[in-house]
Amino acid sequence: MKPKSQRLIILFFFLTLLGLSTFLVLKSLEDNIVYFYSPTDINKKILSNEIDLSKRIRIGGLVKENSILKKGKKISFKIHDGIDEILVIYNGILPDLFREEQGIVALGKIENKKFSAIEILAKHDENYMPKEVSDMLKKNGKWKGKLN
Amino acid sequence: MINYLANPNRFLNFIKPIEFSIGVFSFLFIFIGLYLSLFNSPEDYQQGDTVRIMYIHVPFAWFASFLYLSISIASIFFLIWRHPFADIIARSVAPLGLIFSILTILTGSLWGKPMWGTWWVWDARLTSMLILCIFYFAYIGISNAFPRKIDGSKPAAILAIVGMINLPIIKFSVDWWNTLHQPASIIRFDGPSINQEMLLPLVIMLLGFLFMSIFIILINIKTNLIYKKYQSEILKLG
Repeated sequence: MKPKSQRLIILFFFLTLLGLSTFLVLKSLEDNIVYFYSPTDINKKILSNEIDLSKRIRIGGLVKENSILKKGKKISFKIHDGIDEILVIYNGILPDLFREEQGIVALGKIENKKFSAIEILAKHDENYMPKEVSDMLKKNGKWKGKLN
Repeated sequence: MINYLANPNRFLNFIKPIEFSIGVFSFLFIFIGLYLSLFNSPEDYQQGDTVRIMYIHVPFAWFASFLYLSISIASIFFLIWRHPFADIIARSVAPLGLIFSILTILTGSLWGKPMWGTWWVWDARLTSMLILCIFYFAYIGISNAFPRKIDGSKPAAILAIVGMINLPIIKFSVDWWNTLHQPASIIRFDGPSINQEMLLPLVIMLLGFLFMSIFIILINIKTNLIYKKYQSEILKLG
């Protein structure tokens, strides 16, 4: 065999092994790589006792319509992922993008079935459009995205 | 064609007449692209003016990844066919890629603070981009670590190929895992989810970055060829 083709085969095997091992590592670390859990994930994990309630975690989802309650600086709202939902209580500054049906990520702990957050980040989506276009879509009733 | 151009002298002769026009193109595209994106494109319905960071953030991120891909491909050519010119190309691409990856992270965090409410989070997209940046550092470090530069070529090439595994992770991190970073807007199955008026300046910027990258890499290749010649002359003199 020519040394060239030998090197090619070695490289090919090397890349296959590298890809496979990376896949296995990422697969087994999946729980740590995800930046947040959805309400469905969380409720499942609570039921199966998979979660350490004393540890801080992140949950993400959409702010539920008509669920935002403000009392001074304290705020409570529900976030949902279309299937399940969870109540979040928070005391602090909200990001500008915070509103109904907006995707958010909250950091905090679960305390008697409520999620008490210490930090809230807004999750931006992948849609980019000028304001006039979004206004027009809303006017024509073709608006599929956020409510406001 | 590739075989023909793989000879440094023929390559230099080939690029001489087109080099200047590549520079002019890169200047023109980036000038027009910046004008459109800063002054003549609509505000986003959610982000307002902050969306304008996207017009440089996306080209930086794309080219940071593309340039890394080209380093790894050149490294494969170098390792298997032992072609010294492939090594020169890989070395010439690396500094530009490093700068792009750093600027991706910087512009991204400038956008993240007003939009997300944080400069930095350890989500999969941001972390894999940081790893790309570290791979660039490592590549440049290893390829220049030896007194005779050529001794660093092989280990650096192996490192470059190992780092290639990171590229699909960067691209698909937003689909595989929950991340704070938004999913892809341009390259996706159901077509771009970005309005045409905003896509146009972005495409012009991407073309400008393409020409600019080629232009700068050509200059680097010429410098590296001259340096190599100089080193071999010194060796001859003993």
